[in-house]
Parts: sequence; structure tokens; C-alpha cells
Amino acid sequence: MIDVTASEGGEHRVPPKIVVRDLVKTRRTASGAVTTALDGVSFDVRLGEFLCLLGPSGCGKTSILNVLAGLDEPTSGEVLVDGRPIEGPGPERAVLFQEPALFPWLSVAGNVSLALKLAGTPSAERASRTRIWLANVGLSSFSDAQPHELSAGMRQRAQLARALASDPDVLLGDEPFGALDAQARELLQDEVQRVWLDRGGRKTFVFATHNVREAALLADRVLVMSAAPGRFVEEVRITAPRPRRLDDVLVARVVSEAHELLMHEVGRATRADPDLPVAEVSS
Amino acid sequence: MSATVRETSGVTTRRIAHEIGPPLAGIGGLIAVWAAIAAVTTTEGVPSPLETWDAFVAGMADGTIPEATVKTLIRLVFSFVLAVVFGSMLGVGLAVNEFARRSIRPLVVALQIVPFVAWIPIAVIWFGATERAVVFVTIVGSFPSMTLATMSAMRQVPPTLKRAGRTLGADGWALYREVIVPAAVPGFLAGLQQAWGFAWKALMAAELIIAAAGAVGLGHLLGQESGDVPGLVAVVAVIAVIGVLVDYLVFNRVDRRVRRRRGLLIED
Repeated sequence: MIDVTASEGGEHRVPPKIVVRDLVKTRRTASGAVTTALDGVSFDVRLGEFLCLLGPSGCGKTSILNVLAGLDEPTSGEVLVDGRPIEGPGPERAVLFQEPALFPWLSVAGNVSLALKLAGTPSAERASRTRIWLANVGLSSFSDAQPHELSAGMRQRAQLARALASDPDVLLGDEPFGALDAQARELLQDEVQRVWLDRGGRKTFVFATHNVREAALLADRVLVMSAAPGRFVEEVRITAPRPRRLDDVLVARVVSEAHELLMHEVGRATRADPDLPVAEVSS
Repeated sequence: MSATVRETSGVTTRRIAHEIGPPLAGIGGLIAVWAAIAAVTTTEGVPSPLETWDAFVAGMADGTIPEATVKTLIRLVFSFVLAVVFGSMLGVGLAVNEFARRSIRPLVVALQIVPFVAWIPIAVIWFGATERAVVFVTIVGSFPSMTLATMSAMRQVPPTLKRAGRTLGADGWALYREVIVPAAVPGFLAGLQQAWGFAWKALMAAELIIAAAGAVGLGHLLGQESGDVPGLVAVVAVIAVIGVLVDYLVFNRVDRRVRRRRGLLIED
């Protein structure tokens, strides 16, 4: 297992935004057996960093995000945001779910403004921020539509606007574009990259994905995870300039490198043979 | 301009025909079969549709049917409102509190299973042959379905919606107010519709059996041993028509509106 914490280096003067130490997550299956989703993972996320957790399905990426979101409690280990333990979910850590999870009784605008309403934002400001965010994701003309009237890609854009309208510090993405067609996915990825860039290093994004290209396109740093129980097997820093495109040379190189590694892990997951040696860590 | 108007009204006419055509055909068929049966039976037990209609007209003319209908509806609305308020509040309580759910839910299910007619003798012993006994039977007959529907509607809210609500800052009561209760509305409406059916049946049974001195109601009209068969059938028809109309014009309509808004209704 590789060390991807920042404690050893002197280069990080600013304390990390998120600190995860020895995070273990076990869960009981319906049959009563206990399975280990995460077997002691540790990592840091810098303020303003875009981190991708890349791994085969079932590797525990979602478990990490659920703990960061405050939706699940760690079995053991420590998870700090701004140096404080997480106490439940909150609008300062917004989540993009794979399934858009829009509220079907609210209009698109009603969905986008809900967090502001809950935070007690005055209605004039609520309306103007909702308008701005709907425009940002290209849904201005769908403000009064009901979620079911939108396409899958538009629903994810609405979810993005809903997550960001309350100006969260951290955006957690749980494979948010995994179920979209290629075209809609690329649009959303551009959207996310732009939003992150617009906030000039103040917003911390952590996305889980099994899509190598997505990770290479979006992330400053990719943590490649092993098949269950999840551990980190590789850390890839991506310094390609932004905004990136999928056909950038650097992005393409990262894709091909990480792809090999990931295929190996996917193979391990399918064979379900945990004793196989993990991939060589190349640097 | 006039062409547009004519076209619009044509569309409206077609829509109305589409809406009420099939039910009218059903009623027409029923009356035809009924008329045929009445024609071949010789006993006086089966009045023809025409005799029944005459009895209905007579009942309307002498005021017995209108008066009974109004009295019955007042009783019904009073009992139904109480049953809905009490039933849904209990349902919310059972949804929110696990101990309450595990201790009280079986009792409510038991109440739901016991036929409401079984309460009539007990109600008479407790309250005498009074209005109160009738109202009691109607409430006991209808609130359990309201309670169980409210409880399951709130407990079957998709976990993803609750999780999304929590990450947006909805905790404690705000989660109920903004997510769980709105998400439960379709299930709640289904409970309302079901409770309405139970209340109507329970009230008719109670009115029929509990003959308070001087009491007036549709069920009471059925309880008079007058031997006037066409009159009895006319009252049964009135009971059926009121029940169906309220179900269609109130509950079905609201239910369809809510489900259409949420994309839960596939138009054919």
C-alpha cells in the first residue's frame, strides 16, 4: 500500500482540507456476514484540490464518499474536515449522486434553491442565486419544469446546480456521470471542470469514478484503488494545463498508464483472488 | 377566428366523450341486463329499472331522499374528517417512532381486520342507539387504513431522496417538512381514498342497524321494513352514485394531478 498522506513533506504549509486516517468500513450483508469495504485507508486532500478516486466497482470509493459526506459513520479511523471530525451531512459538503435524486414534487428551480431555503437565505437572494446557477448549467429555460420532464443529462446538470447553489466548500461526486451517454457525460465533465476552475482553488472536489478518462480529465491527483477491500495502490499526479480536453497529449498518456493499472485491478476483482500481488508502483 | 373557436370546442366535446363515454356504456349495459332480469322474473323482489326510477322520483318529490342524503353527508363529513385527522396523526407517530410502531401497529392492523359491523353492538352498548354510536363505528371503520397508509407512505420514501435532503442541510424536522412529508403525499392520498370507501360503508351499515328514534339518513331508509322494494333499490343506487362520484371527482382527480406533476402517471 502506498502512503498518500501529506504528513511527511514540508511543502504543505496550509493544513489539508480533508484528512482521512486509517479509515475502516465494514458492513453486514443481508445474510449476516461481515464484509470489509475499506481496510484502513489514509489520504489527505488539499484545499482547492480536485481529487479522483479511481477503482473497479465495489472497491469502496462510494464508502469513502459516504463517510466524507457524513451519511455513513466510519467503523474505525479518523476523518477530519478543516481539522474537525465530521458530524453528519451538511450543505458545506455537497454531494452529486449517481442517480440525480431530484425531488419530483419541486420544479427544477425549487430543487436548486432548496439548500438556500434550508439555510434561511432571504427569498430575493435565493431567487437570484438560483437564476445564476440555472444559467451556469444551461437550464434557464427549464426553471419551471418538473424533473421528470428533463433528459438524464439535464437532470444531472440540475443536480450540479442544486449542489453548488449554496456555495459549498467541498463537492463530492459519487460516479455522478456513470449512467450517462458519452455525449452528455463529456458536457457534464466540461461543466464540472469549468465550475472548479471558476472558483480558482477555493473549492475542493473529490470524485469517485471507474472511468479512467474522466479521472485524467478532471483530477489534479488520482488515487487508484484496489479491488475490495479497498486500498490505494497508486497515486498519479496530473499536471496537464487546464482547461483540459480528452485529446490532450498529457491526458492521453495518463489515461493509457492508469488504464493498464485499473484493468489489472478489475481483473483481480472479477477473479476474486485477493492473494494475487498488486501492481508494481511506477513513478 | 371562428374556425379556431369551433375547432377548440370540437376538441373539448371529443375529450368529454372520451372521458364519460366508457362509464356511460357501463351503466347502460348494467341497466339493460337489469331490465332483462326483471322482465323474466315474476317475483316482486326484482323491480324493473323503470319502477326503481319512479320510486326515486317519488322519494325526491316527497323530500325523503334529499333530507336523508343531507343528514347522511353531514354525519359522513364529520366522521371522515375526525378519522383522517386522528388516523394520519397516529400514522405519522408510528412512522417516526420505532417503539410506537412496534407496539401499536399490530393493534391498528387488528382494528383494520375486524369487520366494522362487529363494532355496532359494542357501540350501541357504550353509546346507546345514538348519533354518537354511528359516528364511532364510522371512525373505527375508516381510521386504521388512514393510519397504515400514512405510516407506510412515510417509511417508503426512497433513501436516496432522504440522503440528498440531508446533504442539502435538511435535518430533524426540516427533513420531514421538506422531504419525507412531500414524498409521502401520493401514498397519503391513496390512504385517503381507501379510508373514504371504508367510512362510507361503515356509515351505511351503522345507519342501517342503529335505528335511533327519529334518526334520518340513507342507511335508515334501508332499515325501514316497509317492503317497498323499488324504494330500497333506489336508495341503494343513490348510495352507490354518491360513493362513486366523490371517489371520481375528488380523490381520483387530486391523485391524478399529483401523480402527473411528479411524472408518475403514464397518459394513454
